[in-house]
Amino acid sequence: MTRYRLRGLALHAALGLALLVFMFPFFWTIVMASNTTADIYRFPPKFSFGGHFGDNVRHVLENVAFFQSMANTAVVAISTTLLVLFFDSLAAFTFAKFRFPGRNALFVILLATMLLPAQLAAVPQFQTMAILGWVGSLKALIIPGAANAFGIFWMRQYFQNSIHDELIEAATLDGCGFFGTYWHVALPSARPALAFLGIFTFVGSWNDYMWPLIVLTNPDHVTLQVALSTLNRSHGVDYSMVMTGALLAMIPLVIVFAIFARQFIKGATEGAVRG
Amino acid sequence: MTATATVSTPTLTKTPVKRQIWSYWRFYLALSPFYVLFAVFGLYPMLSTIVLAFQRWDGLSARRFTGLDNFAFLVKDPTFWQSLENTVVLFLMSTVPTLVLALILAVMLQSAVRFTNVYRIAYFIPNVTSLVAMAIFFSSIFSTNFGLVNAALRSLGIPQQDWLGQPWGIKIAISTMIVWQWVGYNTLIYLAGLQAIPKDQYEAAKVDGAGVVRTFFSITLPQLRPVVLFTVIMSTIGGLQTFTEPQVMVGNSGGTGQSGMTVVLFFYRAAFLDNDYGYAAAIALSIFALVLLFTAINWRIFRGRSEDR
Repeated sequence: MTRYRLRGLALHAALGLALLVFMFPFFWTIVMASNTTADIYRFPPKFSFGGHFGDNVRHVLENVAFFQSMANTAVVAISTTLLVLFFDSLAAFTFAKFRFPGRNALFVILLATMLLPAQLAAVPQFQTMAILGWVGSLKALIIPGAANAFGIFWMRQYFQNSIHDELIEAATLDGCGFFGTYWHVALPSARPALAFLGIFTFVGSWNDYMWPLIVLTNPDHVTLQVALSTLNRSHGVDYSMVMTGALLAMIPLVIVFAIFARQFIKGATEGAVRG
Repeated sequence: MTATATVSTPTLTKTPVKRQIWSYWRFYLALSPFYVLFAVFGLYPMLSTIVLAFQRWDGLSARRFTGLDNFAFLVKDPTFWQSLENTVVLFLMSTVPTLVLALILAVMLQSAVRFTNVYRIAYFIPNVTSLVAMAIFFSSIFSTNFGLVNAALRSLGIPQQDWLGQPWGIKIAISTMIVWQWVGYNTLIYLAGLQAIPKDQYEAAKVDGAGVVRTFFSITLPQLRPVVLFTVIMSTIGGLQTFTEPQVMVGNSGGTGQSGMTVVLFFYRAAFLDNDYGYAAAIALSIFALVLLFTAINWRIFRGRSEDR
């Protein structure tokens, strides 16, 4: 009994240590964001929260259009997520539950596209945006990512495993057409999968950096990540201010993750194991 | 991950009746958004990149075909080779510790009974935080005069290091960040893999008198192989495309000795800072070839072994 308890204690000590390491950057970011830069520059460094968070926030707002950037990012992330959820689940449902000519070929093409590193096509993609007149516009961030192969592939697995064919047959007998079955039967039953794909897409879109850096050519109209990088480049010495910006940029993601954490983790890990 | 994807699926029409192709229009319509978007914003730019790789173009004047000039220049460009080396070194320096630590944590987490949800959520959080914010954070703790790492060294009496001013220091800082960000994600993937292993296999091993270590190597690891393959492939694809971390931490130049210059940063510079689009396209094709090569190698190693058995 005691041997088991000792082993358990050692186990939790190790797991707890890992937890502290993973959490430390967040703690330290808050420490830096709530102190003055002079406090941070001290040796030994100050390890406690200070009272300068408000001042630091004010400095951030003076230097970059922070809330404008955050609003831009929110618009991009939310619209991308909604579009991806709709288009991907619809395509996935079709692949998972129906047979039609060319289905396998189309699916192989879909899988193949996952291997292509999209960022490498950035030059012609930028030219396309120029032709469409989307350079500098948020559309350039939303539309190209409105449907993706990963989401379709992943949702398809879910539909195959979780929706019984009888359920669809029953819906058809009740007079539901293809889109009706999708809307009334497939979507409601796929809530956990949608939660995962949604947060995955939201986080990815929120954090996207290279493409917004390229395509949002007006420095006053950028996303949060680009604004943050600008803040870092031009005011890098003012740590407490830059870290305040970093903290503010993280908060929305942490909130979204906190709400959906369980479903998200379940989805992220199940997908990998099943796939 | 694609191994089971081609396995045929249960379908509704078990006895296919001959139907006109247009009667399937709903299905094609449902699939069309992805394929249309991919054609316009994926396929076309990629084909265009292939053509561009054989041209010289600054974005303003007319495109000019130059044959293999871009590639000839590329193989003689020391920065290219440097960036290739950096990318592979960074990939190894970050992926190997990430996956080993993740496997250890996953095995521990599997035998834990209490607090498992707290651990899972906490371990995952690094993976869903702002990449730029975290790159700024890591450059601050590795900063020479005021960074936490140097403060720790100083309190131990070890002379402080100019981490972001030295080639190896830059690589350590970047890979530390990648490891921090990805260990938790991979831990949870492995944990799910471990939980999918049938319990009776472990009991059989116990009856046979196999110890913890032997059980791990004779049952756990072989059973986990597809999951490991998945994580290795995902890490490869991600690792070879590293851009944000070095770009934010050491800037567009790649830092001292260009040792933070990854292939994607090299590509970005050629295209959007030097406006040398043809050259950038040639770089892009080389990176693509690299990703394919690495994926094929991974595939061979893991698949090959499981077929031998």
